[in-house]
Amino acid sequence: MSIASPAATHETARRQQPLRRLSPRAPAIMTGLAGLIALICLIPLGFLVAITIQTGTETVTQLVFRARVAELLLNTALLELCTIPLSIGLGLALAWLTERTTLPGRRLWAWLAVAPLALPAFVQGYAWASFAPHLQGLTGATLISVLAYSPFTYLPVVAQLRRLDPALEDVATALGRSPARVFLEVVLPQLRLPLCGGALLIGLHLLSEYGLFAMIRFDTFATAIIDQFQSSYNGPAANMLAGVLVLCCLGLLLLDGSLRGRERYARVGSGAPRAMPPRQLGGWTLPALCLPLAYAVLALGVPAYTLGRWLIFGGAEAWRVPELLAALGTTIAYAAAGALATTIIAVPIAWLCVRNPGPWQRKLESCHVYVGSLPGIVIALALVTITVRVALPLYQTSAMLVLAYALIFLPRALIGLRGSLAQAPVELEWAAAALGRTPLQAVAQVTLRLAAPGVGAAMALVGLGITTELTATLLLAPNGTRTLATEFWSLTAEIDYVAATPYALLMILLSLPMTILLHRQARSAQAQ
Amino acid sequence: MTFSLKALAGALALGAFSIGAVHAQTPSPEGIVVYNAQHESLTKAWSEAFTKETGIKVTLRKGGDTELGNQIVQEGAASPADVFITENSPAMVLVDNAGLFAPLSKATLDLVPEGYRPASGHWLGVAARSTVFAYDKTKLSADKLPKSIMDLAKPEWKGRWAASPSGADFQAIVGAMLALKGEAATSDWLTAMKTNFKAYRGNSVAMKAVNTGEVEGAVIYHYYFFGDQAKTAENSGNVLLHYFKNQDPGAFVSVSGAGVLASSKHKAEAEAFVKWVAGKGGQDILRTGDSFEYAVAKGAASNPKLVPIPDLQGPVLDPSKLDSKAVTGLMTKAGLL
Repeated sequence: MSIASPAATHETARRQQPLRRLSPRAPAIMTGLAGLIALICLIPLGFLVAITIQTGTETVTQLVFRARVAELLLNTALLELCTIPLSIGLGLALAWLTERTTLPGRRLWAWLAVAPLALPAFVQGYAWASFAPHLQGLTGATLISVLAYSPFTYLPVVAQLRRLDPALEDVATALGRSPARVFLEVVLPQLRLPLCGGALLIGLHLLSEYGLFAMIRFDTFATAIIDQFQSSYNGPAANMLAGVLVLCCLGLLLLDGSLRGRERYARVGSGAPRAMPPRQLGGWTLPALCLPLAYAVLALGVPAYTLGRWLIFGGAEAWRVPELLAALGTTIAYAAAGALATTIIAVPIAWLCVRNPGPWQRKLESCHVYVGSLPGIVIALALVTITVRVALPLYQTSAMLVLAYALIFLPRALIGLRGSLAQAPVELEWAAAALGRTPLQAVAQVTLRLAAPGVGAAMALVGLGITTELTATLLLAPNGTRTLATEFWSLTAEIDYVAATPYALLMILLSLPMTILLHRQARSAQAQ
Repeated sequence: MTFSLKALAGALALGAFSIGAVHAQTPSPEGIVVYNAQHESLTKAWSEAFTKETGIKVTLRKGGDTELGNQIVQEGAASPADVFITENSPAMVLVDNAGLFAPLSKATLDLVPEGYRPASGHWLGVAARSTVFAYDKTKLSADKLPKSIMDLAKPEWKGRWAASPSGADFQAIVGAMLALKGEAATSDWLTAMKTNFKAYRGNSVAMKAVNTGEVEGAVIYHYYFFGDQAKTAENSGNVLLHYFKNQDPGAFVSVSGAGVLASSKHKAEAEAFVKWVAGKGGQDILRTGDSFEYAVAKGAASNPKLVPIPDLQGPVLDPSKLDSKAVTGLMTKAGLL
């Protein structure tokens, strides 16, 4: 969920070339640590390569080139092709309406456009499965995915719209362009990066999401891998499906890389940031209101209705408090441990990015980032097999689950950490050193303190991601571990919707802070 | 530290000296780990009552039959599991063939009739369930029902029935078909199924689809229907059950198994649990609880609402002959997995 724009932090990083190092050995140590972590990040990919070689050409061919895989590929392609353009359109339209027009209640609509983020996708799926049981297959999958994931395009577009220099639009208008052409020729090209970023994020989520699609009977690689896992544990068929899924992820990343283009979006001088005068909607006000209203009704109203209905239906009996509290406690403990671990292992590479950029740092950084684009199921499958076969002492330990979380959510921690380190000027470290602090003290007392709010936000993003993580938790959790997500999942599998609702509600409550945080981040873009 | 070491040594010594005589000793502090593929609510009811009676702590790990079975095989001697409980027998066979079960004592085995346990004596049946065709009574009348489960492969059934192919339940039914009709017939049936059926995840979800009219019928087990009827009937109001009978593969009665792992460090406590489940305490929960599975122990009665087992006319099958690996292989080949 790398919504903060990576491009911006890169710019800051490059401007801040180190003049003098804190300790001559620091870069070497940090590079070593980052290299070690990069190696850990390569485990899932290495595992898939090794297992493919071990499985043998004949079996691999049999398991990969079969009708079922073709069917899943087709499903995946159709899902991506239907969902991404619709989400882009919806996100763009909502962002423009709430940022650039006189739409009544803009601030409220802006909140409502982000609020669906607080609903884990599989809760959205559960709400729809019980609201409209006939809604299935590609139509259902597309509708619910668009509802669940549109904030991923909305948020970066809002952030970018606020950052744009209005002077460009003024010039275009002064040169006689109509408002529509100004939007198409001046504004839209400048939104290319955030749109690409949002689309990539949605694309990757569609590849890795399991619960939502299982709930509405749409088969993707993630659901097929879990089906195979439930039938044969980590058999070759599951591993080969995981291999194809990883190829799909890489395909998306490459596609994104080529769509981003090579145009320059930066310029010298900061311009004069000021708000654009909002466009009068006039007679279009009522029709324009329909869009955010429809989105809010479908993405928030339906879940609210279903959850509310089950809550009333279940009454106080549905709240099995000791079990709920136990699951809540476990979830929070894992979220905290995972957030801490993820942030710590992101430190070396984040430090290198800011203080010691170079070709090595780039390579190491891409290792850290790629692992986050892998579906949780692939990482979990690799860790399960490796621990059960060669690292038994680590098998079924909480440490393994925390490691899986760290790999899945590493990019979230990295982006937050990199951004906040970049904002802590290295000169202050020098000043602290000149005033007698040891290098470590200087970092701890100056840099870390300045970076703390950003680090905190990054940790929150990681922790909240863990709160609703399902697939890796299902595969890796130690015996007897129950989190909100796994309990919710096992109850809905037995269609005990009443008992499942309190778990859904708790997950939503825990996700609210993240939603608020992201909303604030996007809207404060102007100040950065 | 010294205290816990002493406790550990004590527990080990007790374990070493008293295999088979668990009742007299103090329970080990860590208790036993049960790899549970049975319905969580049922095993929870069993384990809670067992803990209450004996003081032995039970930790459950949840998973599917063959998932946990294959997991135990991979874990081998290092498996943290003490007991394995399944919904169906194929996964028990899988673990038994890998030589990972410890033999059960005669006293435990004698609790259930011979038909519900393998000749090896390495595990035993603790519950049973019958295959049924749950159908929409507003759409199908008795004369339009399939006579045999094999009929569902016919073109006239295209798009009209549902199943949960990723579940161990359905895979056990396919296992019975494989044992009764052979590989060629089963493979053909699965290929036809791929075009004919609609896939749902979970038997209860498939039954719900019948109830809402998405499909006309579903191949599931009987107790999903009885369980829902006993609650609110919200997902089975329009549903009736059709029993294939006549020793049809679709009349297959599946045995849920329980066994003690050879690698268990708490074999006595583990066997005590298995014995308890097959004994009066565990079987009574089947009769009185909301699981609606059949009791199988000698002299144990099932819930009176159920069709008695002899009336089901299920095919006679050796539960240890059901081959889960062949089933998933065939289903993967047919594109169902």
